[in-house]
Parts: sequence; structure tokens; C-alpha cells
Amino acid sequence: MKEIFDVAIVGAGPAGISAAYVLAGAGKKVIVLERGEHPGSKSVSGGVLYGHDLARIIPDYFDKGCPIERNIVESRIWYLSKEAGLSLGYRDRIFDSERRYNAFTISRSKFDRWYADQARRKGALIVPSTVVTDLLRNGNGAVTGVVTQREDGEVRARVTLLADGINSPLAARAGFRPEPKPEQVALAVKEVINLPPEVINERFAISEGEGITIEILGKVTEGMDGVAFIYTNHSSISLGIGGNLADFATLKLKPYELIENFKQHPMVAPLISGGKSMEYIAHWLAEGGYDAVPKLCGDGYLIVGDSAMLFNTLHREGNNLAMASGKMAAEAILEAFKSGDFSENGLGGYRERLDASFVMQDLKKYRRLGSFLYNRKEVFTQLPELVSFGAREIITVNGVTKKAKERVILDKIRQVMSIPGLIRLMWQAWRATR
Amino acid sequence: MNVNVQDKLFLDRFKVDEVSHLRIIDNKKCIKECKDQACLYLCPANVYRVEKDYIAVNYEGCLECGSCRIGCAKLNIEWRFPKGGYGVSHKFG
Repeated sequence: MKEIFDVAIVGAGPAGISAAYVLAGAGKKVIVLERGEHPGSKSVSGGVLYGHDLARIIPDYFDKGCPIERNIVESRIWYLSKEAGLSLGYRDRIFDSERRYNAFTISRSKFDRWYADQARRKGALIVPSTVVTDLLRNGNGAVTGVVTQREDGEVRARVTLLADGINSPLAARAGFRPEPKPEQVALAVKEVINLPPEVINERFAISEGEGITIEILGKVTEGMDGVAFIYTNHSSISLGIGGNLADFATLKLKPYELIENFKQHPMVAPLISGGKSMEYIAHWLAEGGYDAVPKLCGDGYLIVGDSAMLFNTLHREGNNLAMASGKMAAEAILEAFKSGDFSENGLGGYRERLDASFVMQDLKKYRRLGSFLYNRKEVFTQLPELVSFGAREIITVNGVTKKAKERVILDKIRQVMSIPGLIRLMWQAWRATR
Repeated sequence: MNVNVQDKLFLDRFKVDEVSHLRIIDNKKCIKECKDQACLYLCPANVYRVEKDYIAVNYEGCLECGSCRIGCAKLNIEWRFPKGGYGVSHKFG
């Protein structure tokens, strides 16, 4: 291609498309290169999207036909032992009225396609089935475009935006971000299980269009630092489980065995009973947190979303961070066009915006969480069993006095870990989220 | 538990390229020097299988997560994305 674009974007996911939408809307000539046969065909997430950052880009996304599976009215947390589990949930009608679409479930294959269409309507050129293999640079090392696998596949642009996701050999090759170390990512596998909408409504005690999310910690990850989830879609359930990649290797666990065992847990099996799995996919989650975020821009380029390791593990926020960072990158690029300075300095408005926003502030708040969970495996082994033991004893009425029951529970804790040890663990957990 | 990953991969849609996008750089290393052979465990699609004196790469079912590339203790896997439009294509995602 001979023409020079204003901005070349690698990846048509939420980060890249958010930027494309804002830039094309401001009249910039934008090209988005996507390796899948259509936007969304390579995308994976748990499947929950928070509406806030989407609304800041497309306020009337609902009227524009955004493909929403179910509006989330209840969020549950489960802490599971091998055969049992503790459940905590919060349901609120406000999420069906004033705060409707605070969070909703999506199919990434449908959503990303729709989102890319919105950017296309603003004038962005979306080119699917195209892998970007390298970057173009000028004599000073500034990025001046991308190299694709296609014939005559060089695309020149004043600014290049890397939005190609967490698995980015390109970012590593370009030296923008080192390859993640195994302990910096979690490998998650996900199945989408078909069930009739009425069955889902009944099993989760929800009405048409309403959905629930369940975040799960405990024994299900078989000793790994990891999480599992169950989300309701319109006529399917998204179910996934993942663990730290280094733990997978050390414990010699196989992802497909892990998810199969998870599906058979007594709290999970009844929810998916009779359902037919329609898809099995895999993806990484950025676990490195604040300290794994690379340099966010340089001469002629910026890096956004998962490519920049922007992921909040605890609150399962990824898509929205991608959207927020894509929008901020686009705003910084527009500033650069005004000043005509596309150097690291000229694009620096992106870093400033991101640092001042909830994106980096939240990542900073939880910067110790990753290493806490990775190093304190009790959270995934002994502790869930202790919690289940305690709950079982308290709930069972069998003529034993409550005082005696408390003693039994304390004795059980002492068998597994010292009381000061338990207090230290709680303290560290608290510190890790401060 | 014995789980047949093939049953899961049959659910997915693949457009398979004739050429593998994954390559083991030095097969001798896998057999002689690599004790853990993490690729045999952590790959969600069981792409890697031990044959008599080498590790076979069944790239056709690759889910493109990248785990083998960074999980290989010897960094002995050359990993590219499949050609544009090829590989796994998510129906739901």
C-alpha cells in the first residue's frame, strides 16, 4: 500500500476498536488490522463487560444494537472445598433500573464484530485475515507503520497502536514488552454450554434478560493460584477455570482435566446438567499487575489494553480497561496531530491520562495481590477445606454444645496451621489489596 | 480422570493451514535435556505428544494461547500466529 494512514492499529478487539472509533470520528484516516477472519473470531474473555467505559465512547450503544446476552443483576462469590462450598451473593434491583447495564454478558465473537462495525461506520478501514509480523521504522528507530503477511503488505502510518492482546509475539519482537514469564500469566480454558433460556432462568432464579455471575476460588484449581467462573448468557452458560501458568507446569496439571473436574463439582454440576458444550477455547490473563505494565508509548507508537498488560484480576476488569486505554490513547494521538509531534514526548498525553485514571490507580492498589496469591497457596488448598469444615460444624445440630463446636474448629485449624499463622495470612491478604 | 481433549476440540471451528505455525527448534533437546516437558501438560489442546524419540506437534488443534512458547523451559518452540484467517475461529468467544 502506497498511501500513508494517520493511524495503523494492530488488533480489532475492544482496545483497538475504541481507539479507531474515536480517531475515525475525529476525521483521522485509520486502518485496523485483524488476524482473525472477522473481528471477534480470535477473541476470548470470561464474557462480562462493564457498560461504563463503552458508554463513554458510544453513549447509545444499546440503541445501536449492541449484542447483549444478559444484564447482570446478581454477583456471587464462591469459596469451594473439594466437595462443598461457601456462597456469598448480592442481588439488587438497582441493577435492573437506574444502574442497568452496569455489567452484562457478551459473546466476544458477536460483540467485537458489532463494535468494529460501529468504527467502520465512522470511517475506519477494518482489514481482517491479516497478521502483522513486524513494524516499520525510520533511521532514528521511530515506528512508521507495520509489516503484514500479505503481498506488498507494508502499511505506513504516522502513529501505530498496538492492541493485539496479551499474547503478542509482535510486542516482544519489537522490544516494547518482554515476553511474559510463566508466573505473570494465568492460562484459562472456557466452555460455552448450551441450555434453554427458561432452564437458565429457573436454575439461577432470574427473569428473562437478567443474568448472574459467579466468581470462584478454592480447591477447584487443584492447588494452583487460580480462579474459576460461571456466567449466564441468553441461552448458554460460560464456564471457565484458569491457573497461573507456572503452577500448571510445576503441578503437571492438564487444563482440559481441570475444567472437566470443575464441571463435576457438586455445586457446579446441577447448574449445567443436561447442557451441551458448544465451544472450548483458551486464553491468557495478565497476572503481572502494575509492575508488569511496560513503557506505554515511544516514538511513533503506543500500546493499549491487554497488550499493555492492563488487567485487574480481582475485579475481572479487562475489556473495560482496554476500552478506557484505547480511548485515552486516541485522545493523546489527536493532541499529537495538533502539535505535529509524534515522538514519545508528543504522545505522552496517553501515559498522563492513564496514570491519573482508575486504570493505573486500581492496578497500583492491587500491585501486591499477584505475588500474595502466588506465594500463599493455602488460599487454594487448606483454607477452603477449613472454611467448609467450620461451616459444616456450625450448621450441624447434633446435641454438641456450640462452645464445644468452636473448640473442635479451633483444634482443626491448629492441625493445619497455627492461629498466628492464620492471622498473618489474613493480614497479608488485607495488605495486598491496600 | 481421563479426559479426551479431542472431544472438546471437535466442538471448535478450525481452518487448518497446510503448514504448521509451530515448530520445535531442536528435537534432541526435548528428549535429552528437558526433564519436565511442560508442553505435554500445559497445552490446553494437547498439541504436543511424545513419540518414540521426538515430540510430535499436532498444530491443527492449537487454540493459539501461547502457553507452550513461554512455558517451555528450554524456549525451544518457534511460535507464530497461523496465517491470517486460519486457525481456530470462535463461534461464541
